[in-house]
Amino acid sequence: MSIYVPEKNWFRAPSGGERVWIGLSLVWCLILFLMMPYWHFKGKQNSTGEAYRTTPQAFQARVDKQVASLKVGEEMGIPIVEPSPGADVYLLGRMWQWYPILKLRKDQTYRIHISSVDLQHGFSLLPVNMNFHILPGLDHVLTMTPTRAGDYSIICNEFCGIGHHFMTGKIIVE
Amino acid sequence: MGNFQVNAMRKCDTTGLPVCLTAQRYIKLNGVFAVIFLLIGTIASILLAMTRTPAIHLLSQTWYYRILTVHGLNMLIFWMLFAEVAILYFCCTTLLNSRLYSKGVALVGFVMMLVGAIITDVFVFMGKADVLMTSYPPLKAHAAFYLGIILVAVGTLVGVFNFFATLYIAKRDKTYDGSVPLVVFGAIAAAIIAVVTLLHGAVVMIPTFAWAMDWTAQPDPAWYRLVWWGLGHQSQQVNVCAMVACWYFLATMTTGAKPLNQAVCRTAFVLYILFINLASAHHLLVDPGVGAAWKIWNTSYAMYLAVLASMIHGFTVPASIEAAMRAKGYVKGLFGWLANVPWKNPGFSSMFLSLLIFGFIGGITGVTLGTQQINILAHNTLRIPGHFHATVVGGTTLAFMGLFYYVVPLIFQREFYARKLCAIQPFIFAAGIVIMSMGMSFAGSAGVPRRHWDVEFSGAPLAAGFDSGTHIWLGVLGVGGSIAFIGMLMFLLLTVAAVFFGKSNAGKAMTPWAAVQPIEGVTPGEPSEKTPGTMVLVLILLVSFAVYYFANWKALVDVWYVR
Repeated sequence: MSIYVPEKNWFRAPSGGERVWIGLSLVWCLILFLMMPYWHFKGKQNSTGEAYRTTPQAFQARVDKQVASLKVGEEMGIPIVEPSPGADVYLLGRMWQWYPILKLRKDQTYRIHISSVDLQHGFSLLPVNMNFHILPGLDHVLTMTPTRAGDYSIICNEFCGIGHHFMTGKIIVE
Repeated sequence: MGNFQVNAMRKCDTTGLPVCLTAQRYIKLNGVFAVIFLLIGTIASILLAMTRTPAIHLLSQTWYYRILTVHGLNMLIFWMLFAEVAILYFCCTTLLNSRLYSKGVALVGFVMMLVGAIITDVFVFMGKADVLMTSYPPLKAHAAFYLGIILVAVGTLVGVFNFFATLYIAKRDKTYDGSVPLVVFGAIAAAIIAVVTLLHGAVVMIPTFAWAMDWTAQPDPAWYRLVWWGLGHQSQQVNVCAMVACWYFLATMTTGAKPLNQAVCRTAFVLYILFINLASAHHLLVDPGVGAAWKIWNTSYAMYLAVLASMIHGFTVPASIEAAMRAKGYVKGLFGWLANVPWKNPGFSSMFLSLLIFGFIGGITGVTLGTQQINILAHNTLRIPGHFHATVVGGTTLAFMGLFYYVVPLIFQREFYARKLCAIQPFIFAAGIVIMSMGMSFAGSAGVPRRHWDVEFSGAPLAAGFDSGTHIWLGVLGVGGSIAFIGMLMFLLLTVAAVFFGKSNAGKAMTPWAAVQPIEGVTPGEPSEKTPGTMVLVLILLVSFAVYYFANWKALVDVWYVR
């Protein structure tokens, strides 16, 4: 009984069904582990956490420079920028906006730098449902390749104060 | 034998076990306040469910986040910690035939926890700490908020110290002969993890408190997340350990179950202690600044041995019940034993439903979402609360409810009223949690964020939103939440009625819940180790696990390439 002191010499190796189940479980746990390094080398979707120290001022300046040189239009007063394929792209999270709107090409790869100038934010791309965490002071680099054309919205999924639900953004893929 | 002073103990009229009267007082106190915080969290929960249901959208924005903060703190921290201190005090005294080490230490710990919890709740309700439970900097709350949490953590540590000191005097006074019972072993594992967890809490909360007082600079957000989750997720392993100990306790109390192999069960508890940090990394899988190797290693230590531990308990608990039932003559087919377990005993049904929900929903989703790459599809979406409401509510809270159906008659010595309602309460609560968890998980699979007031994004300059199918899942969340709320309310009313107005059973045995009767003509024999029904159950679990896991990899293939 589990609530009483066990008989003496209770220590013995597992046997029977328990032994079979422990073996099966251990094999399954190893598969669970091996899938991750396997996908890291063979899969197309990975979170490598590539990041660089930055400051809100420096990152803001980098974004403003990009907007000045690559702006191709505006929507709701928010600039749309179109970087060339393979380029470094800068996306800024702030209360409560993802800035600016990005215009990308399908099947082209971009290094998208994302940081926050105030609180923590959650980069959540819809409707594909891809999610990454964004911290102030760290430039999070996502090397992304859009695989389908269309309009995508970005929302924030880390609480960033009253007004959190105003925080949206947009990526246009052509 | 026992180390009690004169008139400091009573013999339980039901089980014959000794009850230390000091421990009993603090089990009662901690139990009562656990239930009070559970009540606060419960009122918050229905408000939240009714806000996340798009057709109702009950609370204002400010109050949604405020009540969400209240819900997280009261449910995940205060209800759990008060209940766990009560469980620890029970395990180290009654089950070890010992007195509690110190009345004074128990009082100090209890007062610190209570004062801390009240301070924190008051400042949240005053609107001085709308930072959610995680309080990620640069979000900043009033310093009293952090001080309250520090007091709760230190108060709990004081209680845990009392537990270890009691283990020491019990050993010294030779109040028991041999190894500690399995349930106590589980409690020790929980207490060890609690110490590690609460130390993380101190490391992260003290600098944050100093920052809130304007004494020091703001803690680094990445550092804060790393250490905070050493508190936030490890404390869930305390809950898991306490829940599993509860499963063994209730299996014994309700069916006379006996573990087939003590060494296996105990080793599984040791695995929890050794591999406890794994889940903390699950929160950082899509974070900047921590690399792929760090993520893959820390989320698994290469072999997921904490998962193995849960899979082992998932076998040994039902196997012990099956063996006990077969020994009583219920040998028909694979599942003849399962048809005849005391489903009308709320202690049993709570325990078994907790086992099923924790394993089939909480466990499977947890490991899958905690896979480095799959987390891209899940981080901060409603899939996460979909997972942990199946572990910590459908699992731990439900198991603790089962425990209360024994604690109230045995420790408070009061009888429950409306015993038929008691018998159905766990089923209602379990059904509600399962439905709600499914609603959350499916809505989250479409990307619906957790902790979000308005998924219509009304007023946002750039439109965003979700399709009608997703709204249906949010409706399912509301329906499940309402059913769970009713189940919880039943539990609270039944428990409060019993504790404060129940008939005393002092001096006689408790009115038994439905029990298993040996089949006529069968002499109960020694349990055999053959448990084919359990084997089939766990194989179904493994297949479900594999299907869900690989379906998620399949879903990952369809998203943009990213590295």
